[in-house]
Amino acid sequence: METRSRSFYILTAVFALFILFLYGPTITIGILSFQGPQGGLTFPMNGVSLHWFRDLFQEQAVGDIWGAFRRSFALGLMVMVSTVVISVMGGLAFRKRFAGSGVLFYLIIASLVIPSILISLGVGLIFSQLGLRVHWATSGFGAQLTWTLPFGLLIMFAVFNRFDKSYEEAARDQGASAWQTIAHVVLPIIAPSLIGVGLFGFTLSYDEFARTLLTAGSYNTLPLEIFGMTTNVTTPVIYALGTLTTLFSLLIIGTFIVTVWVIGKRRARHGSDAGKGV
Amino acid sequence: MLKNRHVTGWLQAAPLSLVLIGFLILPIVTIVIVSFWRATEFSIIPAFSLENYEFLFGSQVTYRVFLATFKYAAITWALTLLIGFTVAYYLAFHIRSQTVQIALFLLCTIPFWTSNIIRMISWIPFLGRNGIANSALISWGVIDEPLEWLLYSDFSVILAFVHLYTLFMVVPIFNTMMRIDRALIEAAYDNGASGFQTLRHVIFPLTKPGIMIGTIFVLTLVMGDFITVRFMSGSQKANVGRLISNDIALLQYPSAAATAVVLLCTVLIVIGVLLRFVDIRKEL
Repeated sequence: METRSRSFYILTAVFALFILFLYGPTITIGILSFQGPQGGLTFPMNGVSLHWFRDLFQEQAVGDIWGAFRRSFALGLMVMVSTVVISVMGGLAFRKRFAGSGVLFYLIIASLVIPSILISLGVGLIFSQLGLRVHWATSGFGAQLTWTLPFGLLIMFAVFNRFDKSYEEAARDQGASAWQTIAHVVLPIIAPSLIGVGLFGFTLSYDEFARTLLTAGSYNTLPLEIFGMTTNVTTPVIYALGTLTTLFSLLIIGTFIVTVWVIGKRRARHGSDAGKGV
Repeated sequence: MLKNRHVTGWLQAAPLSLVLIGFLILPIVTIVIVSFWRATEFSIIPAFSLENYEFLFGSQVTYRVFLATFKYAAITWALTLLIGFTVAYYLAFHIRSQTVQIALFLLCTIPFWTSNIIRMISWIPFLGRNGIANSALISWGVIDEPLEWLLYSDFSVILAFVHLYTLFMVVPIFNTMMRIDRALIEAAYDNGASGFQTLRHVIFPLTKPGIMIGTIFVLTLVMGDFITVRFMSGSQKANVGRLISNDIALLQYPSAAATAVVLLCTVLIVIGVLLRFVDIRKEL
């Protein structure tokens, strides 16, 4: 193996600093959330305790964070399922040009780059003019889809651009119907990417703030609740909450990544069944 | 007669189109309409009036705030590009094992899937008056008094932007770099180019599409932001997004809508210019 150049070591140091920059603050509040009962928002640590985590479980101390968590979780699942289904259908549609596909493509890009507060304001205005009440499961759900769908679709476009069409032709040659080809050939092949789309759908919804702000109605989602806390909570309880939700996010991300990895492993082990008369 | 492929395409794209019509096009149309309405202290009144725009363009505040927005966008763009390019270059060209490459890439992307609000809050113990940065600098003897401009300033706003959005540069630039034919780089070396010359004349030009996509992400995210500026500046700085959200808080929807229309046009012009340099569909 050739020796590493000096630039490699410099860049490694830069990369390490970047990772420290990315994770350092989060780790800091992770440590500070174990402050003693008299501890403040910054170092030094005034003892070590689970005091602030216990506070989280006493509703009167912090408002309705568990209700907010339940709503965010439910909304995340709704957005995840819808994002996967709509993105796969959209991805299939875009494999062939159809009248209006160009316009639709630019709408997807527009949905991604439009300032989030415009979606929030616009959806809020529509609901108020129609005399409807905004609710996280209706207006909030739709507003979040405008943020998760572009990511899902961009992933699907990338997947289908690299998709080997000869698999489908083989299926058709053997007499599979259009639906059978999709269900038994296309979907299993793209399954790991679908898990990726699901990860985007859930986490982007779970953490979404700006597009939900004016569209969630009287029941807050978790990010809205946390933001509300920043204006009136001045104890490390907010770090404890931050640490818990970050751990929850990491758990979700880890689950998705491990699932993709396991599927990949299993495929590699089984290998091709060509010629085995399965 | 309609061709079959059109019908299939429309059916498959129907759910997507419905969401985009209902929650993207209609909201924008509503904002444009409402921007011509009038408002009293208690309600908004349908009308056709240019007073919201007259007020907007007649106010010095508007120009100052737009200037501040461009300033945030430009500085954040330069920093995220510098950091993002360096990190992507390191991952793409200096890491030889694919497993390590994927692992490090994931390490860079994981924060993207966690909460932005919490990532902003997590700077407080670091930047505060008695925070880690000030304590460290004082104990090293660099400064005698705590620096006041670390938190609730332009500095902290831009720091948070860079922290939140560098990823949007890393991913597209890394993606383009991975597609560069390695033979081109070997050819450059064989012809006597130094490492820097290869970077400057081979890798950088070939990475431009990725840079453009990253630029679109960062500029639109920063220009449309209101929460980072509000939180990291302790409500002491303003950008266009905050102008809109303040109007909303005062229930001045027509005025908020007019500002939103101007912001939208500005963002679209910026993207329109950038899209002349890159064909997004080809880069996927």
